[in-house]
Amino acid sequence: MAGDEAGPTELTAAAPVAAVVEPPRRASADAARAALAAVPREPGAPKPDPILVADGVSRRYGGVVAVDVEHLEVQRGSITALIGPNGAGKTTLFNLLSGFERPDRGTWSFDGHALERVPAHKAAAYGMVRTFQLTKSLTKLTVIENMKLGATAQRGEHWWNGLLPFLWRTQEREIEAQADALLAQFRLEHMRSEYAGTLSGGQRKLLEMARALMTNPRLVMLDEPMAGVNPALKQVLNDHIKDLRERGMTVLFVEHDMDMVHDVSDWVVVMAEGRIIAEGTPDDIVGNEAVIDAYLGAHQGKSLFEDDEEGAP
Amino acid sequence: MNWDGIINSTLRGFFGIDAVYFALAAIGLNLQFGYTGLLNFGQAAFLACGAYGVGMATFYFGVSMWWGIAFGLGFSVLLGLLMGVPTLRLRADYLAMVTISIAEVVRLFVRSQTFRNVFGGADGISDFSAAYRRLSPFHPSRGYGLGPFQYDDATRRILLSLLWLGLAVLVGVAAARSRRVRERGPQVQRIVGVGATIVTVLVMLWVLDRLRYSGYTMWTLTIGWILVAVLAVFLWLLMRSPFGRVLKAIREDEDAVRSLGKSVYSYKMQALIMGGVMAMLGGVVRALDRGSVQPDNYGRDVTFYIMTALVLGGLATVTGSIVGPMLFWAVLVFTDSFLNEVVGSDGVWEVGGITLIENVTQIGQIRFALVGLALMLLMILRPQGLFGNRKEMALDGR
Repeated sequence: MAGDEAGPTELTAAAPVAAVVEPPRRASADAARAALAAVPREPGAPKPDPILVADGVSRRYGGVVAVDVEHLEVQRGSITALIGPNGAGKTTLFNLLSGFERPDRGTWSFDGHALERVPAHKAAAYGMVRTFQLTKSLTKLTVIENMKLGATAQRGEHWWNGLLPFLWRTQEREIEAQADALLAQFRLEHMRSEYAGTLSGGQRKLLEMARALMTNPRLVMLDEPMAGVNPALKQVLNDHIKDLRERGMTVLFVEHDMDMVHDVSDWVVVMAEGRIIAEGTPDDIVGNEAVIDAYLGAHQGKSLFEDDEEGAP
Repeated sequence: MNWDGIINSTLRGFFGIDAVYFALAAIGLNLQFGYTGLLNFGQAAFLACGAYGVGMATFYFGVSMWWGIAFGLGFSVLLGLLMGVPTLRLRADYLAMVTISIAEVVRLFVRSQTFRNVFGGADGISDFSAAYRRLSPFHPSRGYGLGPFQYDDATRRILLSLLWLGLAVLVGVAAARSRRVRERGPQVQRIVGVGATIVTVLVMLWVLDRLRYSGYTMWTLTIGWILVAVLAVFLWLLMRSPFGRVLKAIREDEDAVRSLGKSVYSYKMQALIMGGVMAMLGGVVRALDRGSVQPDNYGRDVTFYIMTALVLGGLATVTGSIVGPMLFWAVLVFTDSFLNEVVGSDGVWEVGGITLIENVTQIGQIRFALVGLALMLLMILRPQGLFGNRKEMALDGR
């Protein structure tokens, strides 16, 4: 059950160990998978303890339906992958749920907070933080400044307090300690006082994730965390994502790398043409006909939803 | 050629009232554009807010001139909201378009015949700074110098010497603690610190005794430079705080900041208004000094000169936003007096049979061409401005 056979094929010679050695402390994985065991394998399946619930969320661009999600629940404390072919509407759904775009209709809530018409920064303040497909490192800020920016409820972020350093210095020191701890964990401490613009692409991914954690989130939404990352670093990122669940966070992520999805996620949601076409554990999804059709186009020209249950012709 | 006269007027331009109100507006623009990335092309309208505030206090409202500063504050906050509310949720270019047009609307509005009784039409408002001038501790008909050796009494000599010496030490300390010098170790720091102090003292000895001002000008300069210093400290403190960190982050990528739970809109609004209020103070200083305000002194050209002066000094540096305007005016005044010397009384300048200047009126145009050339060279040789951070500049577009 546990994703242990990711295989050494994707790894460079530099990091051959991670494939075989499953880190010992993954109690959260068993808990999450046990909680999801009884959930029906169908689109929109209800979960025992959802942290994020969306209903009838849709968004069109002109005549194109970008997103049309009837129902979606994300189980608390799990790692849920959102997959689908290009243009399936994954990133748009991310933007809608996190408040970066407005849907045409629909309701959704996070941990009891209704989020319709709630601006993005407030959604983030409730404890749902997101990253971006194209990494957004703040290039002219140093790495440590990037990190400290992530902390919420900073007294010195009001200008009238900002003028008087003694009002915020103590808090700043606490924030800096938290930031340094995270930097060490993400192995970026040697870049601490460099401009973020000097980091490599992979380091920027790490920085963005670490910075997101500075907000002490309960739900972390990662938009293609593995895009443009070399195989050795992928393994590191994998471990970091699993670690988030270990620390009680829920993770929802968009990804194309199926090995990674299989290795990391407890639950997979598949989108195509804006809709959710399948849900299930990674093992269920691999054999799902609708998913294969969506990716490979066996039903080209036909609607994906007409003959969901049949096999390929 | 009268080099002494050219140098003296250049120095007066360097420290003059034009440099003061440009510096105040540039500090505000630096907060808006340099740090927050808000492309505000309507800074002249914020200057006009302050100028018309003090003008209208006596002319229209019939109250003491001091209310004018409160009016200016109100006007500039209102103007900031007017510019910001429709545009700050959109991309940066919309703000640029709206600010430039609102600034023009403001100018045309105040100069319109219809509201002549409120704003004084195209002639503007004049003769309102009597109360301000009465406060001056300087005698109006006497000339005042800045150098300690122009005075006979010991107190003034000592006080002025201490003032300038203190300033020289401050320059030395600032130079020694600047990032590039700090990186090279304490030995270099010590040499640069002492060196900069000595050089500053020598420059002051040469400069200060050349500067003489009338009592009124001296009064405005005192007020103005104190105001510049206060705002500079304000900006410096602000940009070292978590608030400043958020502003700089917004300049880099506002979506990232939004995703971290900060209300980008509110921060941008605060920056726009704060920078506008700073420029407003510049308008107050300028209007009080002249005792008059004309709408056409607050046109687009002023906005772009302020932008130029700021870029010249270096974006996102406090020193740059003060020294930039000073140098801008020094260069303008220098080219002007230099060309005037060159053409002489007949108003013609010929070089090798080619007539470069036919009459005196062309000097104004030629000097802006020369200033433009100087700026182009600066941008090619030093794109980050005089005080800008090259390392930061190099990260652009990465």
